[in-house]
Formats: sequence, C-alpha cells, structure tokens
Amino acid sequence: MKRRIVSATVNNQSGVLHRITGLFTKRQFNIESITVGVTEIEGVSKMTFVVNVEDDRQVEQLIKQLNKQIDVLKVSDITDQAIVARELALIKVISNAQTRSEISGIVELFRASIIDVSRESVTVQVTGDSEKMDAIIDLLRPYGIKELARTGITAFPRGSQKSVANMKQYSLLK
Amino acid sequence: MHTKVEAEPLKEEMSGAEIFIQALKNEKVELLFGYPGGAVLPIYDALYKMPIKHVLARHEQGAIHAAEGYARVSGKPGVVIATSGPGATNLVTGITDAMMDSLPLVIFTGQVARGVIGTDAFQEADVVGITMPITKHNFQVRQISDLPRIVKEAFYIATTGRPGPVLVDIPKDISAEVMSPNFELEVDLPGYQPTLSPNVLQIKRLLEAVKNAKRPVVLAGAGVLHAKASEQLLAFVEQNNLPVVNTLLGLGTFPAEHPLNLGMGGMHGTYAANMAMYECDLLISIGARFDDRLTGNLKHFAPKATVAHIDVDPAEIGKNVTTQIPIVADAKEALTKLNEECDAKPNISEWLAHLTTYKEQYPLWYNNCEKEISPQHLIELVHECTAGNAIVTTDVGQHQMWAAQYYRFNAPNRWVTSGGLGTMGFGFPAAIGAQLADREANVVALVGDGGFQMTLQEMSLLTELDLPVKIVIVNNNALGMVRQWQETFYEQRYSQSIMQHQPDFVKLAESYGIRGIQVTSEEQAKEVLQETLNKREPILIDCRVSRMENVYPMIAPGKGLHEMIGVKR
Repeated sequence: MKRRIVSATVNNQSGVLHRITGLFTKRQFNIESITVGVTEIEGVSKMTFVVNVEDDRQVEQLIKQLNKQIDVLKVSDITDQAIVARELALIKVISNAQTRSEISGIVELFRASIIDVSRESVTVQVTGDSEKMDAIIDLLRPYGIKELARTGITAFPRGSQKSVANMKQYSLLK
Repeated sequence: MHTKVEAEPLKEEMSGAEIFIQALKNEKVELLFGYPGGAVLPIYDALYKMPIKHVLARHEQGAIHAAEGYARVSGKPGVVIATSGPGATNLVTGITDAMMDSLPLVIFTGQVARGVIGTDAFQEADVVGITMPITKHNFQVRQISDLPRIVKEAFYIATTGRPGPVLVDIPKDISAEVMSPNFELEVDLPGYQPTLSPNVLQIKRLLEAVKNAKRPVVLAGAGVLHAKASEQLLAFVEQNNLPVVNTLLGLGTFPAEHPLNLGMGGMHGTYAANMAMYECDLLISIGARFDDRLTGNLKHFAPKATVAHIDVDPAEIGKNVTTQIPIVADAKEALTKLNEECDAKPNISEWLAHLTTYKEQYPLWYNNCEKEISPQHLIELVHECTAGNAIVTTDVGQHQMWAAQYYRFNAPNRWVTSGGLGTMGFGFPAAIGAQLADREANVVALVGDGGFQMTLQEMSLLTELDLPVKIVIVNNNALGMVRQWQETFYEQRYSQSIMQHQPDFVKLAESYGIRGIQVTSEEQAKEVLQETLNKREPILIDCRVSRMENVYPMIAPGKGLHEMIGVKR
C-alpha cells in the first residue's frame, strides 16, 4: 500500500462532498482522510484526500475518475511535489499537578499549545504533518489520552518548488 | 466548449412548469416518456396545452427502457419524466442500465416542495443522493431562475463526450412558481471539457504499430455507434486488411457478413474471435471498455499484445487492461485521422489465413431438436424472415446470447440490448422506444419468458400508439441462463429457475388487444414467422422452444479466452 496525497479543486455546491465520497465507495478506493474548505476564489473549494493505493495504476484511475466529475475542476497527485501539508489534532490528556509541567514541557518542544486546563486534564492543540501528530500522541499516551480528534491533512504545493524541496521543519522529531 | 443557444425572448411571466416545457422545446425534444404523479402535476398541467408528445408507460421502468430504445435507435437523447418518491425510485434500474451502456438520457423527477424536503414528506425520496452513483451527473433545482440553465446543461452533458444519463430533480413549488424566464444562455462548464480530437503523436504511434504488426486485431465496441463512425471503421479496416472482433454492444458497427469479421468476442463469443484476441500481437480497441464478460480472466487476455485503446472517456483507458497506446478521442475523429495518416498496410496474410481456418473449423453450432424448436434455429428463422434488417431488442440471458450469435447484424443501430447491466425486462419496452424512433422499421422484441413477465404491461402501448412491434418469446419455461449455470456449475440443482406456472401468453396478448399465436414446432414457427414478421400490426408469438438447450461455446468464469468449452471441433 502506498500513501498518496491528492488535491482537488471543486465547485462549492451542495452535494459535491457526497458525490466524491460516493465515488470512492463505488470504486473501492481506500480513504485515510478528506478535508474540505473554501479557497481564495468564490464558489471554489479545495479538497485534500489522503488515500492508500496498491499501485500507480490505481492512483491514476482515481484521478481520472475524479476528473470525470463535472463539479471537479482540477485534480492532482501532489505526493511527490514539494508541498505544505498540515494537520491539526486536539488531544485531551489526563493530568494532575504532578504531571502538568511534564506535559507542558512536551508541548513546548513540539511548538504545540495547551488551550484548555481542568483539574484532571489538559487539552493540547498541535498542528503539523502526520508524523509530528503521531510523535506527540505517542509521547502523551502514557499519561492517558481521554479524547483525541484529528482533522486529516490539508495541503498544497509550495510557492517555489525546488529550493525548499528538502527542508524538513521538524528535524527534532526525526 | 460553448454552445450558443438560440435566443427565444419570452417576455411574459411563466410558471416553472411552463419554463421547463419551453426549455424542452428549445432542446428540440419531440417525445417524452413518463408517468404522472403528485409532484409533477404542474408539469403535466403545462404539458396539457403543449404539442410535445407524451408516452404514458404503465410503469416507470417501462418508460425509461422505452427511452433507452429510442435513444439507441434515434441517436437523440431519451427524455423521461416521473414523479417524486416511488416514481423516481422505479427509474433506478433504467438509469443504471443507461449508465452502463452509455446511453444519452435526460431524466426529470418531481420532488416534494422545498419547504418539506428533508422531513420525510409524502412521496419524498433523496433522488439526487440515490442516483449520484448511477448518473453521469445530476441536479436539484433550488431556485426557479436556475431552471433554464440546468435543463440546458443536462442535455449538453447527456449527449456530449461519453453519453450517459443525467437527472434533474424539480421540487413541486418551483414548477408552480412564476417568473419571466431568460433562455439566452451559454453552457459554461469549466469542469467538463471532453477531449474529442486525438493526439496526433499517438495516432502515428498506432499506425506504426499497425504497420509492423504480424497479428493485429481490431475490437469494435459501442463507442463506434455513439460516434456514428461505422463508415470510418470500415474504411480503416479495409485499408489495412485487419480482422475485426465485435463486443456484444458493438454488433452491427462492422458488417457481420464481411469476410474480415470474426464475430463477437467474450463469454459466448466465437472461437475465432477469442483466439484472435488471445494470439494477437496488436489489439486495437475502439470504443470498448474491456468488460469482464468480454475479457474473461484478465491474465489470459491478449497476453502477447501491444494494446491500443481509443476511447472518449480517459478513465476507461487503463481501467481494466494495461494500455501501451492510449488515444483519448471520439471514435469518428480518431478513425478519420487514422485513415488520413495511414500510408502502408501490414503484411498479415498468414495471420488472416490462420484466422480463417479457425472460422471454418470451429463455427457456431447447435443441436437440431427433433420434436421441439431449437432456439438457435428460431433466431435464424427470425433473421431470415426479416431479411436481416430488423431492429432486434432483447433482455438478458440465453435468448440474448443466441440473438447475438445468430442474428447477423450488418448495419449499425439495429441491435438494442442490455449489455453492462444485463437487465431483465429491458427488451420489450426498449422495442416500443425503438419503434417510436423509427416508425418504418421492422422491430422485433426477442424476449425470454422470464424477462417479458417483468414489463409485459407495456403491451397496452402497442394498441394505444399503433406500434407494429413483434414480440417473439423464446419460451423455455425457465430462467434459461440461470438454469444453464445451475446445470453446469451447481450440479443440476435447479433452485428457483423453473417457472411452475406460466400465463397463457396468447390470451394475455388478446386481452391487451393484440394478436397472439403460440408455436410449438419448427415447421409451424417458420410458417408463422413468415406470415407475421412483416405485417404492420403488433403480434405476440409465444415460441415453445427446447427447454434444456444451452448457450455454447462458453468461457467459464475465471477462465481465459483460450479455454473455451463447448467448441465443436
């Protein structure tokens, strides 16, 4: 299985998300996440799919099938391009007076933030790529995760392709 | 891709229903197939005063299959209207059928009023949601001012590129609302730009491959029909002396009796056609989509071949079969270009001689039943009595395969069958649509006793509309293909495939006001078919055929093209 990130610009019309998820179901494509939101152009939304495919042929078929949709304006597999890809996670971690400072130490290292504190828990907000999410979740798990929500990836190509292609921002975690 | 619409300035106020009818007139719609109901009452009221002809089917499924037959034969979009809820859900089979076989349909469904959508109102169904995966595109009209644009776009999408069904859902209150419409519109769909002209480099690559091929074969599918490219296909084939295999839906794109025709390929295709696809070194697919019933086990499909695939739908290329020469184009444009650029023909006389041996040594065959009618011979009789130029419609099953094998189609648009979906109940209503599209044609609905009973209520239309459709029931008192599979693959456990009680089809015909005849012997069949098939009146002929006859040859499921069974040697 290969993980591909596919970006699609679509008409912002009711039913478009249904149309596209329906297509994934019908054609048996394995979706990891879908994110949708408006763009700078009125009436146009951007969708980012993370899909698991068996081979290049399957991803080619996925893109062709998406392109067939009348409300889809443009589709591209951006996995191999230099891209900016971000995900957001909210993590509610069990914490008490003893563990709170440890947790906040981890949070600082990840450039994440604590956005809610209660007597038994703290809620951490973190943005970044999927590896960063996995890493912080792994570190927080021993404390006890009460609730976890992830948005899925939203992405587009970087402004300039070559020069920044290999820049990894979170070297700390690698 | 902009289409200028003739402006028809209509200043006065019109209701949504009137705007809708006017929009249909602007699209030059001459015939509607439908069934009224609560949510479309304003539309039917507007229709009352309008000169567009409406065909009142007896079930929505009948209406939509008739529209499919009409579209297949006329080349124009079939237009269907049904009410909300059950009216719309009754269309689902026909919509899927049209989607699978790429038939241009524009379907209008009523919807409950906007104010109650989503409340599980009386006769409400989420038709847009239901039909999303089975339409090329669908719409729900949310405001009356969008109505002319949506109708325009629906017809445009249904009929361009790869044709297909488009559904428009119209809430009842929109039909009743009033406004001054604007019909001066341009179709502007930036997300929909079908590629019709082929890439010249790919065309040259294909011609180079043709020139160097030792064992080339052309596979012609229904895309050739949709593009109206039979002439160009014939020219291309004759210019290069290429052997041709037809898909089930592609029958008639290339003359059956042409010496280069190898017949139909696939599960019940000819040995020559399937071996040609197995042994070829170049396979040129034109408007065919490599359905599993054609390819058999993909591992053994054209294993030694370079595959060239011409298709107007880019998603078909590489979907099932790896393609080396992809050509996204309309079949007519691609063939025209191929014919223009072609400069040398391949030297393949050995290959052609080899295939001719296959044709001669392994022809289609059947047993002559002594006492009963051989169904295969029955088809040959129908062919003989209609001089081979009838429009033949069928359902799915044994009778369909026999018709494909033994009714030799020499011209396009004479063969109307349910290919991709394999829909029982398709054949008879499709014959009604076909006859409405071509009043002069000799239309024969070749149906099985099983499928006919799914839509036989449409016999009402034969008298009502004065349609001289001939219904030939290939009656073996069973769901023949199911019975055949149970015999072959389930050790003769005939679970629910034999009809214990059949109606008296002759009396049934009479009750609908048409003549019915039962025939039980070959002699009688010949006599009756000769006497009736060229009459300008509807007649039902219930042919009692041999019950245990099977369709051969065959590729068993999971087997390759070269592993045919039931080949006579």
